[in-house]
Amino acid sequence: MHWSLIIYAGIITFVTRFSMIFLLKEDILNNKAKKILSFVPAAIFPAIIFPPIFLDDGGTVDLENNPKILAAILAIIVGYLSKNIIATIFAGLISYWLLIFFYF
Amino acid sequence: MNNRLKTLTKGIIDVSPLMIPVVPFGIIYGVIGMDLGIGPYMTLGLSIIIFGGASQIVLLQLFSGGASSLVILSSVGALNARHVLYGAVLSEHLSGLKLFWKIILSYVMTDQAFAVSNDYFKKDNKNNDQHYHLLGSGFTCWTIWQISTILGIVLGSIVPEELGLSFTISLTFLALLISDFRKFKNIIVMLVSGLVATIGYNTIPFKAYIIVASLIALIVATLLTLIDLKKK
Repeated sequence: MHWSLIIYAGIITFVTRFSMIFLLKEDILNNKAKKILSFVPAAIFPAIIFPPIFLDDGGTVDLENNPKILAAILAIIVGYLSKNIIATIFAGLISYWLLIFFYF
Repeated sequence: MNNRLKTLTKGIIDVSPLMIPVVPFGIIYGVIGMDLGIGPYMTLGLSIIIFGGASQIVLLQLFSGGASSLVILSSVGALNARHVLYGAVLSEHLSGLKLFWKIILSYVMTDQAFAVSNDYFKKDNKNNDQHYHLLGSGFTCWTIWQISTILGIVLGSIVPEELGLSFTISLTFLALLISDFRKFKNIIVMLVSGLVATIGYNTIPFKAYIIVASLIALIVATLLTLIDLKKK
């Protein structure tokens, strides 16, 4: 690998982070746009969450032999009830460990 | 404690629990870099220059698979395109800052830092030093990522795969969405995003499934918002 490839990849990544912060001025966005942008976490994070949970190493959907789905559901329930980030992460992780140990 | 230091500390504290899965992730990245034989300097160099966990691993995987530079750079760009949206969301709070600040804060803007600081900006928008929160959360991510990369380089494969630590990454992002679980529109947007990404994972080229799924979900969010506004 050449360092130039790493530097180009670094520049591209920086530009994705910097572009809007640099270009957008405070009053350019109206309330409607702000309202829509408030959905950004809900629009992006599931795209990161879903594939590793539902897909196996080969990239096919695995619904049966898959403790991650059950563990994620338990984490969602705990998150819904507790509204606590740490409790949600640990509920999912501990239930995942228990599931692979006793069941899967 | 003065206000800046207080806000900075708040940023560090808010993002800290989210750093738990980042440590094994960084170690795994360091191990992959060493396994592929690019050496310790390049492995750490990627973490410092790119500073984007998933895109670094994808870059290494594509490189080891013999992909062309164009494919590698397109994939890194597509994978990190979501940051454009983070920037758009945060710009409202950062637009008054000096260029130097914008550059520094852009460099450290990760998913986790964005999530906690965006929540903070929305809640505490009277604070004139609120950007110190993002500085604190972002540099915490940065420091943890560099340290865990070095740990991976030095220690090698000490994290057993069976513990499912990669699953913890999914759980972190899931935990960041808990306030959305109670809103019906947000649930629809989340489901659209997740389903499109799962279906598109194998079919959308250049690892662009995240940004494609996000944009489709945002279109749905736009429609839901417009319908809502019309009703009122």
